[in-house]
Order: sequence, then structure tokens, then C-alpha cells
Amino acid sequence: MGKYQQKTMMIGGGILFGLLLILAHFKMIDLYVQSVIMFIGVNIIFATSLSIVNGYMGEFSCGHAGFMAVGAYVSSLLTVVLFTVDKETGLAILPASMSIYLFPVIIIIGGIAAGIAGLLIAIPSFKTRDDYLAIITIAVNFIIITALNNMDFVGGSRGYMGMKKVIYGMEGVMKFPYMLFWVITFAIFTDFLIRRFITSTYGKGIIAIKQDEVAAEIMSVDTNHMKLVAFMFSSGLAGISGGLFAHVIGYVNPGSFSILKSTEGLVMVYLAGMGSLSGSVISAILFTILLELLRPLQIFKWVIIPLILILVMQFRPEGLMGDKELSDYFPKLKKFYKFK
Amino acid sequence: MSLLKITDLTQRFGGLTAVSDLQLNLEEGGLYGLIGPNGAGKTTIFNMVSGFYTPTEGTINFDGNVINGKKPHTVTALGIGRTFQNIRLWHDMTVLDNIRLSQHYHLGYSVFEPFLRTKNYFKNEKRIEEKSMELLGVFNLQDIAHEYPKNLPYGIQRRVEIARALAAEPKLLLLDEPAAGLSSADVSDLIDHIRWIHDNFDITILMIEHQMEVIMNLCQYIKVIDFGKTIAEGTPAEIQKNPQVIKAYLGDEGEVYA
Repeated sequence: MGKYQQKTMMIGGGILFGLLLILAHFKMIDLYVQSVIMFIGVNIIFATSLSIVNGYMGEFSCGHAGFMAVGAYVSSLLTVVLFTVDKETGLAILPASMSIYLFPVIIIIGGIAAGIAGLLIAIPSFKTRDDYLAIITIAVNFIIITALNNMDFVGGSRGYMGMKKVIYGMEGVMKFPYMLFWVITFAIFTDFLIRRFITSTYGKGIIAIKQDEVAAEIMSVDTNHMKLVAFMFSSGLAGISGGLFAHVIGYVNPGSFSILKSTEGLVMVYLAGMGSLSGSVISAILFTILLELLRPLQIFKWVIIPLILILVMQFRPEGLMGDKELSDYFPKLKKFYKFK
Repeated sequence: MSLLKITDLTQRFGGLTAVSDLQLNLEEGGLYGLIGPNGAGKTTIFNMVSGFYTPTEGTINFDGNVINGKKPHTVTALGIGRTFQNIRLWHDMTVLDNIRLSQHYHLGYSVFEPFLRTKNYFKNEKRIEEKSMELLGVFNLQDIAHEYPKNLPYGIQRRVEIARALAAEPKLLLLDEPAAGLSSADVSDLIDHIRWIHDNFDITILMIEHQMEVIMNLCQYIKVIDFGKTIAEGTPAEIQKNPQVIKAYLGDEGEVYA
């Protein structure tokens, strides 16, 4: 990997990102296109976080949207309580100008909360594996949704809003496409973290678990510990995607984190290929755009999307990328970016 | 000095007694053989020593520690390496990564350091890589460091698996049928190879094997078990003459005319 090319890559990426922000700032990009870009970012975080457990570790977690919900609600609640006047939570605790600095911190706190929830669930559930783990995680998804439906202080099934006020508060201080900036920043940050995890000898322990758990255990990999860490890491990142999702829309309700959302995650990971980071990113982008293109079909898009999954499983069971990265197909890219 | 001392070891699965009242004492630096007909309980003994099964009764004392009930990865960290009857390499990971991951028990950095990429992280990753390449060099496998095990011939896979077990620096190496599935040319290579490992690494070896050629050539002391019980033990010459061993392997004398 050339130092020069890498620098070019970073500067080029920075310029593109800056250009995007400037165009968004002067309203030269349609608001709809902006929101699609933000959904792509949210989905990238969601898909890559799920690919840690389902792709790299080879376990089958079905209720990933549950952790997204935890992150979404915790961070929404925090921003609303801290920065806005709300009839239930009272006056703003901190001035709105602080929200500019504290917003990423709150999103990360949401992620940490989801990570802790993930750990609590992982401790009993990793006593089982395969089908049983899938069943437990589906159950967890339902438990979280039902609990949220019955919590009145976050609006129950009516949903929770007020996050838009925070965003307006931030824009009141200084005009800037904050959400676009943070979504893309967090998406890049997430992929960096995952790549660092998965390329270290420590993180490769979860790939060893996928390929042969007995061998992993006998070769001194503490499989139980690795599973807990991976699951916690994965659900924490899902929480971050949830927090961003809530603030992009400005409204959350338990229904948006149902089993259908978890299925979307699964579709993205299996389309991408098990254990390919660049694959997950590409499939998150393609999938989000596809969802938007199929929007006129309304409910019928849920006929077409599973059909795509069936076709992929029939003709390319390892997914679009298998366990390869982009650089394995285009070796020249290695100069610009070290994929693994 | 005694390295592994097993006393009164019993393992029951429901009503089935797989191993009963086993006594085993391995001296440091020895090369031991464990033989017996199929289903005699040999692999069960390995699984107990390496931590997969918790013995129903008895104690396993390794190097001054009682290890029954300990998890396999802790047992490995204490110094027991093992290979499997059917090769269990990580087939979609390079040979180098296979060796590297066997040092997972002492990475030398904390959970957060892979994310932060500290100096300490790079230092230890470099140490692990150098050590792995050195080990591959010792085994003359450095040329295939970046190959995937699934693409390698069976005999080479065996050697990679043994190298992987040695990467964790064990004091005791358990080999579960190392010659299974090898051609006769590969078997004689393997015999030289195991003898070479025994001479060059400061290691005690206990192996299960069905091919008498391997056992009789290598082992200094052999234990024969059948139906979970010890039926004979001694040097290769003694075992070959033992009537009970012949009976266990070939049936009653009266039935054998060939």
C-alpha cells in the first residue's frame, strides 16, 4: 500500500465529502436525495454491525433491530430531555448551543446502552447456538418492541418525537447540514472500527469460531469471551445506527424496529456475502436505493425483495462478495486502501 | 519428574462407562503410545485431558495443577497442545493465520488496543507474526504461509496442524491418530517428523495410533486399553508378546488360524 496513494485517497474522500456538505448546505441537493443518502449511511452501519455476528462469527442473530431500538430510544430521550422544552420532561437542562458538541456523545451513549443490552442478552443466549440462538434473538426483538409499546413516557405505540426540535436548535446556532455530516462520519467511523477489529489477531478469533469452534477452543481462543465481545460490539454499533435513524426522521415508534427491520438487515448481510466488509457496504447502498426505487409498489416491494434473496441464494449462495473484499477482485485498490 | 498424572479417572455417559479407573503417569520428555481397539475410550481420555469433558471421577494433575473441569482454552494455555483425528484446521484462513491464532492466549494487549492501534499492539502483532514465521520456517512450511489449508495435500495439512499445536508452546502434545489417512510413504515421513519434533522441542508426546508401524517405531512406553480399562502396559517388545493384547486385537486364540 503506497503512502502517496493513501494520502490521495484520504484527500479525495475529504474533498468529496466536503463538496457534498457544501451542496447540501446551499440546498443544491434535493432534500429527498439527502435523506436517501442519510438512510444509506444508517443502513451501512446497521448492515456492517450485523455482519460481525452473522457474517464473520457465523452465528445467526435474527433480532438485531431490537438493539437499534434501544439506541434510538436512549439517544432520543437524552437529546429531548437535555435540550428541549417538553411538556413531560420539563425545561431544557442545557442550552441548545451545547447540542452541537454533545450530539455525537449522545449518539455514542445510545450505542453503549445498546451494547450493554446486547451483553445482557448474550450471556444467557450463547449457552446455545445455531437455531436456538436465532429463536432467542427473535424473542428478544419482540420483548424489546413490546416493552417499548407499553412505556408511556416514550409515547408507547404512538411513538416518540421531539428530536427535530433539537436539530432545529442546532441549526439555529449555525446553519449546517448536521445530520448528513454525522451520519456519514459515523458510517466511516464504524467501518474503521470493524476493520481494525477484524484484522487483529484478537478479532480473528471470531472467524476461527465460524470455521471450527472446537479447534478454536483447543487452540486457546476463549470462545465464550469472544462471542460476548463480538455480540456486544455488534449490538452497540446497531444502537448507533438506531440513534442516527431516530434523529434523521425526527420520530420513532416501536413498529419501525420490528422483525421486518431485522429481516432487512439479514437481507443486506446475505446479499453482501458472509464476512465481507466492503460487500456489506455495497449491499447496504444497493438495497437502500432499491427500496426507494420500489417505493411506488408499496407493499409489493416485500414480494420482490425476498425474491431477490431467493435468487441470490440459488445462483450465488455465498452472496455477492463471499468472504472476499473489493481489493481481492480489484488488486489495484490495495494501493489506496488496506481492506484487510 | 512426572508431567501428567491421572489417578482413578472415570467417565460415564449415562449408563455407559467409557473410561473406568484409569491410571496414567507421563514422565517429562517421554514419548508414549495409547492403543486399543475402536471404541476403547482413547479419544475420550484425550477429550478429558484437553478439557472437553469433565471427568465423572478422578483427578488429572498436569504440571502441578489439577486441570479437570477447566475449559479447553485454559488447559491449552497451561501447556497441553493437541491435534485431531480428522484434521481441524481453519480451512478458509491462511496457514500463517492458523499459526498466528494459536497464540491467542497471550496476545500481550488488551481488548481495546486493536481499536486504538497503540504501539504496544503493533509490537505484539509483530512479535506474533515473527514467531509464527519462525515456526513455519522450522517446519519448512514458510513457502505455503499464504496458502489456504483446503488447497494443500493431506500430508502437508497434517504437518500444519502439528505446527499449529506447537505454536501454543505446549509441554505436552497429544496426537490423535496422526497417521490416519496417510499413504505409506507419508507415514514413514511422519515417523521421522514426530521423532524430530520430540528431539528438537522440549516436549512430551502422547499419541493414539492404530498403525503399529508408527507406535512400535516411536514409543518408549505403550498403554493398551479396551472397554475403558487398561489391559496391558509396557515397552513395545513387551506389548507385542502380551497374550491379552493379541486377544483384544485378534479375538480368542482358538478362533485364529490364519
